[in-house]
Amino acid sequence: MRVISDSYAIALIAIFAIGTAIIRFLPFIVFKKHTPDAVIYLGKVLPFSIMGMLVVYCLKDVSPTSNPHGIPELIACSLVLVLHKWKHSTLISILGGTISYMVLLQLMT
Amino acid sequence: MKRKTFIYSFKTSLPVMAGYLFLGIGFGILLQSKGYGPLWAFCMSLFIYAGSLQYVAVDLIGAGASLITASIMTVMVQIRHLFYGISMLDKYSKAGKYKYYCIYAMTDETFSLVCNPYLPKDIDRNAYYFYLSALNHSYWIIGGVIGNILGNFLPFSSRGIDFSMTSLFLIIMFTQWEENKDHKPVITGIVTTLICRIIFGPNNFLIPAMIIITIVLFALRRYCDVEPNKNNKNNEEELTNASDK
Repeated sequence: MRVISDSYAIALIAIFAIGTAIIRFLPFIVFKKHTPDAVIYLGKVLPFSIMGMLVVYCLKDVSPTSNPHGIPELIACSLVLVLHKWKHSTLISILGGTISYMVLLQLMT
Repeated sequence: MKRKTFIYSFKTSLPVMAGYLFLGIGFGILLQSKGYGPLWAFCMSLFIYAGSLQYVAVDLIGAGASLITASIMTVMVQIRHLFYGISMLDKYSKAGKYKYYCIYAMTDETFSLVCNPYLPKDIDRNAYYFYLSALNHSYWIIGGVIGNILGNFLPFSSRGIDFSMTSLFLIIMFTQWEENKDHKPVITGIVTTLICRIIFGPNNFLIPAMIIITIVLFALRRYCDVEPNKNNKNNEEELTNASDK
């Protein structure tokens, strides 16, 4: 089943691992001594923007025009928010949302 | 205090545990299907430690991709970590002996938990970052290995299980919304990404979205105020003092 040698697979994994580590460390190396005001500002506002971005990213494969029209996502997301507003328990909200989503997928597709 | 911090970290990490075990198992199953066993799953999850990239990596390894393709893919998928790094510059630079591991073990989910500025007064902030990173890392590794060994015998369809991640991000966004008055940054993130998704399609929209978000945030610089309110700021100062001792 393997199409490449083990040593080549290890080389690929090394690229993924080292590449990822470089990107993770880069900001700390580049802005080690002095952090420009612009970067400090970005550091403050970005967490909010990124979270919005990630939510949209998670829903990127939703298609309103084809079956099931994003209805499972809509229901499950609403349920997560309602549960969270009500109980304020992250685990309950996530379990409720995920289980309902999995069931909805089985029922609707 | 150490004990208390660990317990608090563990509690905070529980939703990620659920998500990472699910996602890790998915990764393990996928890797097994390409003919790579538990040791491979263990090493990949330990050294790469990245959700979406590891899923892509399985495809690339399975297809025998070139080293250049692998490098470009790594940059494309992981570039958002630059944002996380910039967001954590201040906090992690002060994290002392935990600094290097915490930077290494940053993920979407860990970021979403450590960037929450509202921590109880009586825990060691730096140890919290470390415990949280290490706990999440271990869940991910355990999930990958379990999935690789047992995944083929799941009694139900795991389809849709990745919605746990969607839920997590949604909840964090909701909490941020409730705790901050200025909603311009999060709205910028949502609207920009949505527009880019429509224009660029489902596979190529993240990078343009990140560039445009950055530009819009700079344009809004005068108008954005996301400082935590006075009460919380006091807590934070007390925390810093406590961890200095």
